[in-house]
Amino acid sequence: MQSFTTLTSKIIPLPNNDVDTDQIIPARYLKVTDKVGLAEGLFAGWRYLADGSPDPEFPINQERYQNAQILLTGDNFGCGSSREHAPWAMAGWGIRAVISTSFADIFRNNALKNGLLPIVVDDATHTSLFDLTEEVPLAAVDIDLASQTVSLPSGEKVFFEIDPFSKTCLIGGVDQLGYLLKQEDKIAAFEAARD
Amino acid sequence: MNQTIKPRTLFEKIWDSHLVHEEPGSPSVLYIDLHLVHEVTSPQAFSGLRAKGLQVRRTDRTVATMDHSTPTKELSLNIVDAMGARQLRQLQANCKDFGIHLYDLDDPLRGIVHIMGPELGLTQPGLTIVCGDSHTSTHGAFGALAFGIGTSEVEHVLATQSLLQYRPKTMRVDFEGELQPGVTAKDMILALIAKIGVGGGTGYVLEYAGSAVRNLSMEARMTLCNMSIEAGARAGMIAPDETTFEYLAGRQHAPQGADWDAAVERWRQLPSDPGAHYDAVITLDVSQLAPMVTYGTNPGMGVEIDQLVPTPAAQSDPARRAALEKALAYMDLEPGKSLHGHPVDVVFIGSCTNSRISDLRAAAALIKGHKVAEGVRLLVVPGSESIRRQAEAEGLDIIFRQAGGDWRFAGCSMCIAMNGDQLSPGQYAVSTSNRNFEGRQGAGGRTFLASPLTAAASAIAGKVTDPREYMIG
Ligand code: SF4
Repeated sequence: MQSFTTLTSKIIPLPNNDVDTDQIIPARYLKVTDKVGLAEGLFAGWRYLADGSPDPEFPINQERYQNAQILLTGDNFGCGSSREHAPWAMAGWGIRAVISTSFADIFRNNALKNGLLPIVVDDATHTSLFDLTEEVPLAAVDIDLASQTVSLPSGEKVFFEIDPFSKTCLIGGVDQLGYLLKQEDKIAAFEAARD
Repeated sequence: MNQTIKPRTLFEKIWDSHLVHEEPGSPSVLYIDLHLVHEVTSPQAFSGLRAKGLQVRRTDRTVATMDHSTPTKELSLNIVDAMGARQLRQLQANCKDFGIHLYDLDDPLRGIVHIMGPELGLTQPGLTIVCGDSHTSTHGAFGALAFGIGTSEVEHVLATQSLLQYRPKTMRVDFEGELQPGVTAKDMILALIAKIGVGGGTGYVLEYAGSAVRNLSMEARMTLCNMSIEAGARAGMIAPDETTFEYLAGRQHAPQGADWDAAVERWRQLPSDPGAHYDAVITLDVSQLAPMVTYGTNPGMGVEIDQLVPTPAAQSDPARRAALEKALAYMDLEPGKSLHGHPVDVVFIGSCTNSRISDLRAAAALIKGHKVAEGVRLLVVPGSESIRRQAEAEGLDIIFRQAGGDWRFAGCSMCIAMNGDQLSPGQYAVSTSNRNFEGRQGAGGRTFLASPLTAAASAIAGKVTDPREYMIG
């Protein structure tokens, strides 16, 4: 897994609430057997016009966001299907952090295993970040995982929660499976006691 | 019962008995009893095992099926598109290489993963069950803790038979009252999601209780638990009771003989203790509930069939107003009007929500003697091959066919539209599946979620129709 320590980036605004994983990546892109090449399916239902050409209005198609790495979005991002193709497609496109007021449980779990940081902020911060993307579209914010803060251009620092385990894994770029494999003796003992 | 032990919920009892290890600062290590695998969310997990030189720890606790992109017209990989076929062949190879039992395309017991588990008796009370699929919540109907996971977690379970999990919160949902004729478990769950919203259950495991739940058959309970994820809850559960035991008795993988008696004795200890604590409790009176239908692009956007589609201007919250506007634009629906009578192009009866034999019987009973309306396509896809054979033995296929419907082999089909069964852009469907997300049933397609009865009535009438109109007398 790619490690996550700090990130400075512009913010791509996607104000929709309840963005489901079918929108993040539609099912027709799920026939792959690897994780590559999914970026072209990212938001495919919203990103392309009927003739298949990119919709110039849709944020990730806009020139100014081409190297942006932070997505700012509405409540309950990533609801619906458990497809890990959603964070794969986002990471494949270049997104490293998503900011919202809430995330669906499975999406959050999947994101954390792919070096994609889900950041929950309160309503006031959420609104002020959207205001920022309107007023100063190219303003960058700094994310520092070690101190769990997002620094705004105003100088304000916003603290966010993350569980210590996921934080350690993200900073170290460590696959969580490693921890589970180290519990082998305990798993074996558990099985021996009940099988 | 030992008086010093604090009363526990069904969820807590299962959680506690599956804890392998806990340490401060880390998630719990939770043991998984049953791991279900399908073609779409597993290939990268198997690749991960290969890259790390790992084996599947418990092939005896792992079962695979193919369901998402399988054809329903004939059971042959030759008619699957090249990428879909490659993915299905990859599953065959992975199961062979790692020693996992696969219910292959031609297996007479194959079906949608969440239909098969219960049908084969693999799903049992008290178990922890996972699958790389969010509708794993279905299995909670038996009093199991069952939830969907991502592909990284599929790899974790394949390698260690365990998962890293934080303890979720619990919410009890009491459905009280007796359902009116024509109103089903599908309507109950759509009503709950309309009430609490698609994020209302996030972070919770739901336990469904109350008189209306006790009165549901096992198949109806599965419908209820199936859509827990549509409320944002990873799991939904129902305490096991005589209905559960009766359903399981004699099934292929259920305990037999003396083992059965011992199992039932154990299972009787599972229901929540009196006084057990829930983080939230809500109650729905369903005695006056009408059939539900969704009008929007998430499962929370639903109303009783005679109610009006809400008006964006009446929404005070700007984000909700915007969401409603966007949804109605996609659906091309007028606010403030009833959906009742809205023309439909396609009716889909199928999916892990509503493709069990009782669903098909109910739909067939309503359709019998009628014709599908001119210009409407009815697609009926049983949830498993066993259900298909049972339905054919009862002549249900004939009823659907004589009405002008299409009767298929088992699979996910138009629920996810990966196998070619899909809506054309702009088409309206009444669907017994679980998701009305934009493009879910085919790019540009528009979905009204409803029960099998409502779907059947709508197929005959050619428009969204209250099934009770066909059920008088
Ligand atoms: S029927 Fe639909 S919801 Fe159920 S497992 Fe298949 S694709 Fe998923």
